[in-house]
Amino acid sequence: MSDSHAAAVHSPDHPPELRHHFMTMEQQQNTASLGMWLFLVTEVMFFGGMFCAYLIYRLKYFNDFAAASQSINVVWGALNTAVLLVSSWTMAMAVRCAQLGKQRLLIVFLIFTMFFGAVFLGVKAKEYHDKFVENHVPGASFEFHDKLLGHPDYVPNQGHTQMFFSIYFAMTGMHALHMVIGLGLMAYLVIAAGRGKFSTAYYTPVENIGLYWHFVDVVWIYLFPLLYLISRTKG
Amino acid sequence: MSENEHHIVPLGLYALIGATLLVMTGVTYGVALIDLGRWNTVVALCIATFKATLVVLIFMHVKYTNEKMTKPVIAGAIFFLILLLTLSLADFGTRAWL
Amino acid sequence: MKSWLLTVDHKRIAILYMFSITFFFFIGGIYALLIRLELLTPAGDLVQADTYNRLFTGHGIVMVFFFLIPVVPAILGNFLVPLMIGAKDLAFPRINLMSWYLYIVAGVLLLHVIITGGVDTGWTFYTPYSTAFASPKVIEAGLAAFIMGFSSIFTGLNFIVTIHRMRAPGMTWSRLPLFIWAHYATSLVMILGTPVIAITLVLVVLERLFHLGIFDPKLGGDPLLFQHLFWFYSHPAVYIMILPSMGIISELIACFSRKRIFGFNFVALSSVAIAVLGFLVWAHHMFVAGMSVYAALIFSFLTFFIGVPSAIKVFNWTATMYKGSVTYETPMLYAFGFLGLFTVGGLTGLFLATLGVDIHVTDTYFVVAHFHYVMVGGVVMAYMGGLHFWWPKITGRMYPESMGKLAALIAFIGFNLTFFPQFILGYVGMPRRYYQYPPEFQVLNVLSTAGATILGVGYLFPMVYLLWSLRYGEVAGDNPWNAAGLEWKTSSPPPTFNFDVDPIVDFEAYNYDELKEIPVER
Repeated sequence: MSDSHAAAVHSPDHPPELRHHFMTMEQQQNTASLGMWLFLVTEVMFFGGMFCAYLIYRLKYFNDFAAASQSINVVWGALNTAVLLVSSWTMAMAVRCAQLGKQRLLIVFLIFTMFFGAVFLGVKAKEYHDKFVENHVPGASFEFHDKLLGHPDYVPNQGHTQMFFSIYFAMTGMHALHMVIGLGLMAYLVIAAGRGKFSTAYYTPVENIGLYWHFVDVVWIYLFPLLYLISRTKG
Repeated sequence: MSENEHHIVPLGLYALIGATLLVMTGVTYGVALIDLGRWNTVVALCIATFKATLVVLIFMHVKYTNEKMTKPVIAGAIFFLILLLTLSLADFGTRAWL
Repeated sequence: MKSWLLTVDHKRIAILYMFSITFFFFIGGIYALLIRLELLTPAGDLVQADTYNRLFTGHGIVMVFFFLIPVVPAILGNFLVPLMIGAKDLAFPRINLMSWYLYIVAGVLLLHVIITGGVDTGWTFYTPYSTAFASPKVIEAGLAAFIMGFSSIFTGLNFIVTIHRMRAPGMTWSRLPLFIWAHYATSLVMILGTPVIAITLVLVVLERLFHLGIFDPKLGGDPLLFQHLFWFYSHPAVYIMILPSMGIISELIACFSRKRIFGFNFVALSSVAIAVLGFLVWAHHMFVAGMSVYAALIFSFLTFFIGVPSAIKVFNWTATMYKGSVTYETPMLYAFGFLGLFTVGGLTGLFLATLGVDIHVTDTYFVVAHFHYVMVGGVVMAYMGGLHFWWPKITGRMYPESMGKLAALIAFIGFNLTFFPQFILGYVGMPRRYYQYPPEFQVLNVLSTAGATILGVGYLFPMVYLLWSLRYGEVAGDNPWNAAGLEWKTSSPPPTFNFDVDPIVDFEAYNYDELKEIPVER
C-alpha cells in the first residue's frame, strides 16, 4: 500500500515534494524539523552515557586522568576544534544559500564543509596513529610511562591511565563515526542539489542535515576541554 | 522551513559568530596554560557552553524559529542528561561518606 | 506479498508487527515452560545449571526486548494512533517500515544466538561477567538488543511528531483519547531512555572486541557504572511497557461503562508524570549492589512517589465505573483483571522500594512475582483486552464472544496460580535464577508450574479462535461496540487513507452521553 496514486496531478498547491499524508508543505516541513530535533535528543542521551562514564572515572582517578590527558597533543586538538567550527560556519552558509535559492553556492559551501570534515578526520587519524606508536592504545600492549606535570614522583597507574584512553577512543571514535555519517549525508545533498532538487520552497534536507552537523560540532566543543585540557599546568 | 521563511540570518552575523567561536577556542587553550587550580575546568566548560549556545542559537536558527516545540525539546534533552549525571554522581560521590 | 513487505501503510505495518511479536512471544513462552518444568522438582534434574542460566536469560531478553516493549505501541499504537487523531498515516511512514525491519534484523540475530547456544548472563548483562568471562555470544545478543532499541526509538519519535503535527482540525489536546496521551508519554520515555542502553551495550561490545575496558575492574572499572547506565533505561522501560497498556484500559473502561473517563485531565497528566518520574528511580534495582547508602535513601524516597500517579489512574477508572452502565464483554473482563492484578503488582513494588524489606526479598521470587504481576497481569491482560476490543476494527470480523470470556477466565486463574505462590516463595527465601531449591519449597513450585500450564492454555486458546474468526467470524460493522472515538467512525477495516472524508472534530473525547444506543448484549 504505497502512497502513490494513479492519476497524480500535481498542481501548484500540491508540489511533487508534498507527501500524501500531509495537508500542506508547511506541515510537512514542520514535521521533518521536529523529527530531526527529537533525533538529536536521542543523540544527546546516547553520548550522554559516555559523558557519565567519563565523569565518574575522572573524579575517581583525577591524577591519572590528568597525566593521560597531558600525553595527547593539545595543539592538534585545538586545531581540530577550529577546523570543525569553520565547517559549522560553512554549513550554516550552505543552509543560507539554500534559503536564498543560490544552488551553485550551496554546493560550494557543502563541499567546503565536507573538506573541513575530512581534514578533521585526517588529523584524528594522525592522533590515533601517534597513540598507537606510543603504546597508549588500550589492550595487551598498553604501557604508560609519561609523567604528571609538576609531580615528578607520582607514578601514574597503568590501569587508570588505560581507562582514560578507553574512554578517549570510545568517545572520539563514536564522534568520528558520526562525522563519517555526516559526510555521507552531505554527499547526498551535493548530488541532490546538483540535480536541482532544492529551491526556496523546499530545502528541508539541507536544513535538517545542517542541524545534525552542528550537533556533531557541539559534541566536540565539549570533548575538547574534557579530554585535552584536564590539566595543562604544573598545579 | 516555515519557521525561517521570513528570516535569513545576515552574513555579518554569521561571520561574527564564526570568528567569536574561533577566538574563544584560542581563549580556552590560553587559559588552560594558566594555573587556576580547580577553576580551570570551570572556565573551560563555561567557555564551551558559551560556544555551544552560539552554535545552537545562531547556526541552528533556534533564536529565529517560530516553532514552539524547539526550545522545550532542547531544554528536555539537557534536563535528562543532567539528571543522568547528577543522580549517578549521588551514588559515586557519597560512597566515601560511610 | 511485495506490497506488504514494502508497505508504508501504518495499518499493514501494525499487522506485520503482530505476526513477528506473537512469534517471539511463543519463543519466550517456550523458555518459560522449560523453566517451570525444571522447577517442578527441587533437584536440578531436567537441565544443567549452565543451561538453566541460558533459559532464564533467553526468557528475559525475548520477553523484555522483543515482546513487552513493542507489543502495544508497535501493534495497537501503530494501527490506532493515526486513526484516533484523524490523520492519514503517521508522520514518517517510511521510518515506520524501517522500524519493523530493524525489529526483524534484531530478531534474526537473536534467533541465531539462541540456536547457537544462547547467553547465560541474565537479560541484565551485568559486568564484569558479560565483558570478561561470558561467552562471545554476548556481543551478538547485545547487538540484537541495540538494534531493537533503535526500532523502539524510531517508533517513539514517529508517535511524538505525529501527535504534535498531524491531529485533525478541532482535535485539541484535551479532546485526545487517553490512549493517545498514553502513547505520547511512552514515546517520551522511548526517545530519552533507549539511547542510554544503546550506548551501554555498545560499550560492552567495544570492551569485548577492542579492549576498551570501561567496565574492566583491572583498569579501575566499576561494575556499578554499568548498572547505573543499564537501569537508567531499563527502569523507564517498564513504563514503556505499562503506559500504553494503561491507555488501553482507559478506552475499555470508558466504552464498557458507557461513560467518560472520570478525571480525564488527571489521567492524561498522570501518564506524563509517570514518564518523567520513571527516570528518577532507577537505582532501586541496585540497593544491595554496593551503592552508597545515602544514594539508596534518595532513590527509595523517589520510588515511593511513582506509585501516586498510577494510583490516581486506578481511582479514576474505578470512579468511571461508578454509576456507569457496566457490561461484561471480553475486553472488559480483561480490564477488570488488569485492575486487580496491576494493583497487587504495584503495591508489592512499594514493599521493594522500602530499603529494609528489600534487603530481605531482593533477588528472590518476591521480585519475580512483583514484576510478573505488573508485566503479565498488567501489560498482557491489557493487550489481550485491547486486541479483542479492536479486533473487529483491524480485521472486519468479530471473535466468538463466549470463547473470549472463557479464555479471559482461564488466563486469570492460570496467572494467579502461577505467580501468587511466588510471592510466598520469595518471602520465605527462595532465590531467583536458581535451578534447584530446598525440598520444602516444592509444593509452591508445583502449584506455580500447574498455573503456568493453565496460563499457557489461556493464551493459546485466543490465538486459535482469533485465527478462526478471520474466516468464520461474524462480519463487523463500523462500530460494533457503539464506542466513542474517531477510529469507530470509519469502516472495519479502514480504507487505505483511513477516512473517506477528512474528519473535523467538534466533540469531546468519550462523548458517550451523545451516543444514545446501548450496545447489544453479547
